[in-house]
Amino acid sequence: MKSNTDNITSSPRHPITSLDPRINRLDLKRVAEGEQTASHLVTWEVFHQEKRGKQPTHAGIVHASTPEMALMFAKEQYARRGKTTNLWVVKTSDVYTFSSEDEEIFETTPEKTFRDPGFYKVRERIEAYQAKNKI
Amino acid sequence: MNTEAIKDLLYKMADDALVIGHRNSEWTGIGPMLEEDLAFSSMAQDKVGHSQALYQIIHTVFGEREPDVLAFQRSEKEFKCCQLVELPIGEYDFSLIRHFLFDHAEALRYEMLTTSTLMPLAQLAKKVRGEIKYHVMHADTFLKQLANGSEESKARMQASLNYAMPYALGIFEKSAFEDTLIGEGVFGGEEKLQHLWLEKVTGIVTTAGLQMPQVDEAKIIYGGRKGFHSEYLKSLLDEMTEVTRIDPSAEW
Repeated sequence: MKSNTDNITSSPRHPITSLDPRINRLDLKRVAEGEQTASHLVTWEVFHQEKRGKQPTHAGIVHASTPEMALMFAKEQYARRGKTTNLWVVKTSDVYTFSSEDEEIFETTPEKTFRDPGFYKVRERIEAYQAKNKI
Repeated sequence: MNTEAIKDLLYKMADDALVIGHRNSEWTGIGPMLEEDLAFSSMAQDKVGHSQALYQIIHTVFGEREPDVLAFQRSEKEFKCCQLVELPIGEYDFSLIRHFLFDHAEALRYEMLTTSTLMPLAQLAKKVRGEIKYHVMHADTFLKQLANGSEESKARMQASLNYAMPYALGIFEKSAFEDTLIGEGVFGGEEKLQHLWLEKVTGIVTTAGLQMPQVDEAKIIYGGRKGFHSEYLKSLLDEMTEVTRIDPSAEW
């Protein structure tokens, strides 16, 4: 059979010469002529869990064709630094969201501070502090 | 302990790791997709790290020169890597197949070395276990995926497997020190390793739906462990050491 290395070791009619030998090995002329085609893979949402028992937090996405491939890529993409105990991947199309037009349903929520867990307990002390310091 | 025997083992492991790490890093920036570019580069970096750790043992335990000197200032003849790791990266199917064949051998070798009587080596073997487990997982996932992908991907994987196998078997080229290493409990030997590897690799290849190539003993590509290399190692070393050679004494 033809050696795997035949294409790589010499490219005499190179359209681009670079100081980076990797670029020269690329044989960009072939790419320009459309010999290589890109196919689109679906995306997966990646969740990163720092410690056992801690909630996984959304880290980003990866492109992959299967859950196994997605996990494999997620490991290097989102768990290369710092501590990781596990990763979750979920196909993006399996994530359901509100329509952006419905964003107004959340509009007044930030005003409802009485729903904050610390509201009642510390309210009086905060008011006293504010009065004393004329804030 | 027999120093020459152990150094021979450490050098071939370190040189394998350095050379395949360098080769695989040639994909950095030009990988088939962003995620894979990152994963493959990261694993290549791990390999170079393993070589550094092994050169460090050679340096501290056996009084040889510094790791940087061992990596960048030895001649081609002094390298003990197998020829499999020297081959150019080729197309991605070949690089993946080489990664699959090499990393399974490496994983099993380190597994055997966890009980080595050479303590620093046993400790290193335990330390790198997780990293290599991921490398093997990566290789297996890709093999399974592409062997069951399109007709072209399957054919390419099979062709690369056929091409790489005589080189891969060269990983297990015996040294003159096999009996010594086994006798002193340093390493269980290439023959045992090859047996374990063949069993493991055959299982995965067949499950993926590919054919395990049968290679005659006479076709196996030996020589690397004794300093006989393919035409590709020299140019790899020239490229790798280009910057160091400008000023070998420079501080980094």
